[in-house]
Parts: sequence; C-alpha cells; structure tokens
Amino acid sequence: MASRIVTFDLGGREVEVMVRPMTTLQSVLRNQLGFTATKDGCRQGGCGSCTVLVNGQPMLSCLLPVEDVAGQRVTTLESITPAEGLHPIQQAFLDAHASQCGYCTPGMVMVSKALLDHDPAPTDDAIRHALTGNICRCTGYRPIVTAVHSAAEAVHDAADAMRGSAGERAR
Amino acid sequence: MSADLNVVGQSVERSDGIGHVTGRTRFFGDRSFPGMLHLKMVRSPLDHARIIGIDLTDAERVSGFVRALTASDVPHNLYTILGLIGVEPEEEFVLAEDRVRFKGEAIVAIIAESEAAALEAVSKVHLDLEELPAVFDVEEALRPGAPIVTSWGNNTFMYEGHPCRRVRLGDVEAAFERADHIVEGVYNTSPIEQAPVETTGCIAVPEANGRYTVYTNTQALYFSLDNTAIILQVPGNRLHFVGGTVGGGFGGKVDVIVEPIATLAAMKTNRPVRFAYSRSEEMQVSSTRSAWRIYIKDGISRDGHIIARKVTSYADSGAYSRQTPYALTKHAANAAGPYAIPNVSIDAYCVYTNRQPTSAMRGFGVTMASFALEVQMDKIAERVGVDPWTIRFINAYRNGDMKPHRKLAEDATLIETMQAAAALVGHVLPDDLRAMTSAPRDAGPDGGRD
Repeated sequence: MASRIVTFDLGGREVEVMVRPMTTLQSVLRNQLGFTATKDGCRQGGCGSCTVLVNGQPMLSCLLPVEDVAGQRVTTLESITPAEGLHPIQQAFLDAHASQCGYCTPGMVMVSKALLDHDPAPTDDAIRHALTGNICRCTGYRPIVTAVHSAAEAVHDAADAMRGSAGERAR
Repeated sequence: MSADLNVVGQSVERSDGIGHVTGRTRFFGDRSFPGMLHLKMVRSPLDHARIIGIDLTDAERVSGFVRALTASDVPHNLYTILGLIGVEPEEEFVLAEDRVRFKGEAIVAIIAESEAAALEAVSKVHLDLEELPAVFDVEEALRPGAPIVTSWGNNTFMYEGHPCRRVRLGDVEAAFERADHIVEGVYNTSPIEQAPVETTGCIAVPEANGRYTVYTNTQALYFSLDNTAIILQVPGNRLHFVGGTVGGGFGGKVDVIVEPIATLAAMKTNRPVRFAYSRSEEMQVSSTRSAWRIYIKDGISRDGHIIARKVTSYADSGAYSRQTPYALTKHAANAAGPYAIPNVSIDAYCVYTNRQPTSAMRGFGVTMASFALEVQMDKIAERVGVDPWTIRFINAYRNGDMKPHRKLAEDATLIETMQAAAALVGHVLPDDLRAMTSAPRDAGPDGGRD
C-alpha cells in the first residue's frame, strides 16, 4: 500500500509526515521527528513508557496508527518542558526522587499531567488508578505517587498565587 | 552527624535527575546515525536440534537486505562470559554451529536497511533442522541416558573436577542419628525474567580512525568490551564502549549478547548497526533468573537448636551457563542460612537443560536459598512447637561462630535486625529474646550454644 501524508499538531506546531499505513505514532515521534522522550519498551501496549497525550487524553503511542491522530493535538514530554526550568510535575518528580533508571519516567509524567489537568486534587486512589498502565520495574512506585501529590499542591499553589496577584492588579 | 560530612545525611540531587524528568537522558535507543543498519536474528524454533542446512536465497532477495552473518563469520565463535575471571570451559556460541540447544538460540544474523526489512528477511531464511530429544528438568538431566546438552558428556558444570559445589562442616549423618526431630522439605522456584522496561540493545558505529564506538545499555561495560575484543579477535583499544545509561537491568543486562555480533556487523558493512531485542526476545531469549530445586533435611534438638542441615540444590542453568556457576557458588556459601549449625553438608549443582539460558538476577542464587530456608524455618518451628521468632533467635549466628564454609562470623547482625523488625511491626518479643545480642558466646559443646 502507498504511503500517505499525515498532518497533526505536535506541541503547538503543525507537523507533516509521510508514512506507510499502520505506522505508529511512537515510531513517527522517535524515528522520523527525533522526539525521543517518548519511550519504546514493548510495542504492545504493556508498559506505558510511550504514553503521550492526544487532545489531552493519555494514549499509548505504540498502538496508535499515526493516521488516527491526523488533525489532532499531540502532547509529548518535550512539549510540556519549559524553555527554562521544569514543569511543576517534573520538579515534583525530581524532588521526590521519583525516577530510578528513568525509562518509565516520561510516561509517568505524561499520565500525571493528564490526571492533574482533569482532577487538580486527586486522591491517593485516583493517582494509583491513573498510573496502573505504567510499569516501573525499578519498583519505585511510592515516590511517584508522592510526586504526583506534591505536583498537585504546587499547581494549586501556583494557581492561587496567580489568582492573588490578578486580584491585586484588579484592585 | 559529623560536621565534616558534606553529602551523608543530605538530600542530593541526582546527576541524571533532570535528564530523566525531561526525557533528555539519552538511552542507547534514542541515538541514530546516518546510514544506520538494523540487525535481527534468525532463531531456533526447536529446543534441541542438529543444524543440517541454512538456505538464505529468499532472504537475500528481500528489498533492503544487506548481508547475513553465520557462525563461520565470527572470528572466535566460542566463548564464556566469565572466561575473563578464569571460568572454564568456553561453551556458548555467538551464532550456533552444528547444534542448537534451546528454543530461541541465535543461528543467523540478518543485517538490513530497516528493521522491517530485517524482520522480513529473517522470516525468509529456511532452516533444515533435525530435532533431537530434549531435557527440561534438572534431575532428569542428571539421570543416565538423559539427552546431553553440553559438549563434554554430562549435564553439569564442573567445579574443580566435581559435578557440584560442595560445602562440609562436621558430620551431618551422625548428628541426624542423635537429633530429636528430622524436618525435610523440597522447594521449587520458577525462572523469573528481569523484564527491564528498556529492552537489551546496542548500536555499533565504525569510526574514521578504525575504531568502533559501541553505545550499549549493558550493566557490565568492561566485561562487554573485553568479551567483544576476544570474540572479534581485535585489540581492546579498537573498541570504545559508551554506557552507564541503563533503562533497568536487575541482572538481565550482564550477559554480553548483543555487542559482539553488532560490532562484527559494523565491521563487515562499515556502517552503524543497531541490534535491539524486541519485548518477546527479552522475555523468551534473554537470560532469566534460574529455576531452582532445593532439598533440605534438618536435624533438630528438642529445644529447637538445629544441629545438622543437609542441602542439595539444583540450579537450572538452561542451555549455557552464563553467570549461573557464580550464582551457584554464592548460593552454596549461603545455603545453610544465617544460622549457627555445627554440622552442615551442601551439594549444589549447576545443571544444563534445553531451556532458555539463565544468569544473574537480584541476589545471585542467595534469594532462592533464603526463600527455601525461611519456609523450612517455619516448618521447624511448627514441628518443635516454638514460635517462628524464637526458632530464628535461638539459631541465629553470632560473632565468632563458624560458618559452614569455614569463615568466622564477624559482622553478625541478625539478632539486632530481628529485634528492630519486631519493633517496627509492633510485635512484642519476650524478654529473653530482647536481651540477646550478636556478641560472641562462650565456647562449649555443640558450638557453644546457650
């Protein structure tokens, strides 16, 4: 079957790729676009290391034909990393020592981002539920849960501070 | 905390922490090089077979096929990883020669322009194999008439001329005679895959100066470099190994499997070559923790002291030994447990079968000994009629006790560790156990027991 051109939004910019049918988003990101923060642990939807956000929802990019994201909004770890410093979730993972070998970390951060965007103050159960599809074979799950909690607080505090300063300006 | 300590007691940011949380850490698979080729293996579909023929005709017609490597292309095809520390004999093949000894053994390396082309060519290699009887159980492998996996006529790794690693202290048979209780148990464990989230792999890159840079996720960088130099018969200074960034290992990435053949492929093609395991290769081909069968017979006095322990262990090494002989030696040194037992006999066998080779994993043979021994300790407690804490306290070794491998205990902390563990779980120990320490006991009959 012939290759075709697929266009989608990657972290706020439009990208255009030529792919054979059934080429995965993971393969396009890593091999064609050089976005290697998205990892490659199993290519069978078993480990979660390739998680990206599609329209804000966590998806396993290893099982996702790139044609399915045509015209959609794709967010990878590169997209949420600020030009300077770290995203609050990244900072929380760093502070909580929530990575050991680091291979599962990008997927963990992306799942956490989707969770906190949807539920700014998740319970312990909600965090654990959100992370169930992501395997950490170093088995450092507890610091990861801690990191998501502290990221939620950091995001909350930042929002408060923002509202506060906006309020002051309004006065 | 001493004032001159700058790091101990402080929370220190990891040097790779920012790389990990931003995804900028460069694992080997995140690298790519212009002209990079991909290597995939043709593997044995049978557990044990003679190789009659290999037909590459159809594979060579696949678009993107570059070349194939077989055993005759490998300068020194026979090796053993632990040869570097004097372990003999060399018994594993980089690519199989006349025989395959496990399902998944590498026979032909296919090098192609893309991973897809390599996989397609692999599927088009025709193997002519004559199936041989296979053996999958450690004790069956030791019976007369069992299929022989090795090239030296039996299925055991030989330790200084003996088919097992042996540890002897005192006289177990005499002590069994005078024991009040005999407790026997047999314990089996399964092979366990380390299953790192990043699969095993490397990229070998020819450099303009005639050297080869190998980006690898091995846990054993210099072991890999030295073994690769031996297998390829090149001086070590032609190889530059870049590593240290490992997406999980747990013992699963110490076996020097991908680097030699990827480097050979880079030499033969003069192009960068990537060889990475698929998840199914990681599960079905890469080494696991060995399966073990452990027999324990203990003689115990009426008051709960173990006076004799006999252990016979079999580690299923699979088709090749890799790090298992070493794991087994550590097992033998620890197979009586952290207990003061005056009469001990241990026979530990490293057995070849037609299963996936086994190697290192967290604990190196000791974990399995601990599993068997601690279940056995509970059985002893039940038989003697004392609680499981007491049976461990009264048998715990103390400083100055002789360990079965004839080393005096001088760093004993079992009693104190159990006291701390009891406190942590809120278990109130009786006063006599709380008063115990690992301090040397006065010498007396039967190892100076209280």
